[in-house]
Amino acid sequence: MAETHSLQDIRQQAAVAAKVFIQRDYTNGTVCQFQTKFPSELESRIDKQQFEETVRTLNNLYAEAEKLGGQSYLEGCMACLTAYTIFLCMETHYEKVLKKISKYVQEQNDKIYAPRGLLLTDPIERGLRVVEVIIFEDRSTGSGR
Amino acid sequence: MHLGVADPMRDCEYSQISTRSSTPMESPHKKRSARRKWQAFPGRNKFYCDGRIMMARQTGVFYLTLVLIVVTSGLFFAFDCPFLASSLTPAIPVIGGVLFFFVLGTLLRTSFSDPGVLPRATPDEAADLERQIDMANGSSSGGYRPPPRTREVIINGQTVKLKYCFTCKIFRPPRASHCSLCDNCVERFDHHCPWVGNCVGKRNYRFFYMFILSLSFLTVFIFAFVITHIILRSHRSGFLNALKDMGLSGFHTYLISSNQTTNEDIKGSWSSKRGKDNYNPYSYGNIVTNCCAALCGPLPPSLLDRRGFVQPDAPQAAPPTNGITMYGSTQSQNHMCDQDQCIQSTKFVLQAAATPLLQGEPPTPPTSTPNLSCEPDLLPPHQEGAPAHHHFLTPDEAPSPPGMLPCSGPPLAHSHTLPFYSPASQDSLHEDSVRGLVKLSSV
Repeated sequence: MAETHSLQDIRQQAAVAAKVFIQRDYTNGTVCQFQTKFPSELESRIDKQQFEETVRTLNNLYAEAEKLGGQSYLEGCMACLTAYTIFLCMETHYEKVLKKISKYVQEQNDKIYAPRGLLLTDPIERGLRVVEVIIFEDRSTGSGR
Repeated sequence: MHLGVADPMRDCEYSQISTRSSTPMESPHKKRSARRKWQAFPGRNKFYCDGRIMMARQTGVFYLTLVLIVVTSGLFFAFDCPFLASSLTPAIPVIGGVLFFFVLGTLLRTSFSDPGVLPRATPDEAADLERQIDMANGSSSGGYRPPPRTREVIINGQTVKLKYCFTCKIFRPPRASHCSLCDNCVERFDHHCPWVGNCVGKRNYRFFYMFILSLSFLTVFIFAFVITHIILRSHRSGFLNALKDMGLSGFHTYLISSNQTTNEDIKGSWSSKRGKDNYNPYSYGNIVTNCCAALCGPLPPSLLDRRGFVQPDAPQAAPPTNGITMYGSTQSQNHMCDQDQCIQSTKFVLQAAATPLLQGEPPTPPTSTPNLSCEPDLLPPHQEGAPAHHHFLTPDEAPSPPGMLPCSGPPLAHSHTLPFYSPASQDSLHEDSVRGLVKLSSV
């Protein structure tokens, strides 16, 4: 949580220069995927490879959450038989993966984006519509490569 | 939050990332006074239980659905299940109960959960999208709405148009639609169901499906076992008797089929319970003939001739009174009154005559009469001869002022008559008794 406070401190100190929105990619249907196209505003701040890697990992995580397979069927049937009371005790698979994703986003922010004056917003806070990247004004410390 | 079951821990996590507050002192204070997101929700939904339950605005029909299901099932459990459990198997109410709770559970889950509402775009997002669209369209002059904004996507070889929602300020994902009743974009929008009081979308479609499926099973179950119940009862006491239990039309169908009246049925006039040889002599023997006779038989005419004219000289029936006319009764009453008065006054005279012989002292006059102290010499006027009466009025003359009259009457009459006459009627009675005395003495 200390990192969170430091990020907030950065937010307090730095002014928001711009916000970039990575939209959803529907070419595979309604599954939650984000466009991996590198936005031009980030060119000066971060490596293209790095960014695309982040988005690709996110996409994989969301795919795992929505995967149809043995485990999801088992969970669905169990839930139905217990009249969904089982979810008073345990989380759904999707919720578990969402927790994993939020941890990943935080980790990426700490390691890669915050030092470059950028901040990724967890897509769940935007209704899984966009990945919001906040670009802070470039101060002297922590300028991007 | 989007994720169904409320989890306060998760709420904490998200708000920690998104909160802008720096000092730890401030954040708890802000949390306490800050509103929940559902209170600021822009769509037309109703929220209950502090945001855990989400429904559409019009919920009246949902309550009707609930009432119909509960009442029908309740009646089934109350009236059919005891009989079926005892005559067939107790598994019937058990299975019925499980089905009933499953139906209720899925209904509530469908109605109370978030159907998959897409949150509206934040202002930054909306601005960014507008910019992108403007760039794509070329610089269009402001002041008029640009043509409907669409984006095309190729999904598995099919070209799908994504529409822009002006209310939510987003490009709708494929299969999403904006519900005008709830004023929300809903993912994988199926329809807005008034029976359930909510939209049916991505997140509650499975519950909706299980609700309607289990409800069909429950309906079939109840119907089948109600029929079974009737069949079993009719095996025991005859089909027609079983009809009796099926409501008013069933009851009268039974009556028509057996050619009985309600009265006869209630009294059990032709019931076999009265005696083995007791049967309905009016029945034609079979149901069809009985029904035809009741429903298709000849319709007899009215015997009343309601619109015919009354004949003046025709001997009439007794008028609709007690037979005593007013005129007659008053006459007789008057006659009776006169007779009564005569009798009463005679009674007074006799009593008065008897009084001095029986009692030594003059009887105490009643307190209501004004002239209590009557002179003793007034007492024996009736014993004297005729001339004494000239002090008093002759019967033919008008009565004397009331002041005089009571003097003669009360000591004589009231010793015996006090308990019988009320003070109000004493004046007229005094008059009568005096007249009576005068008459007698004048003989």
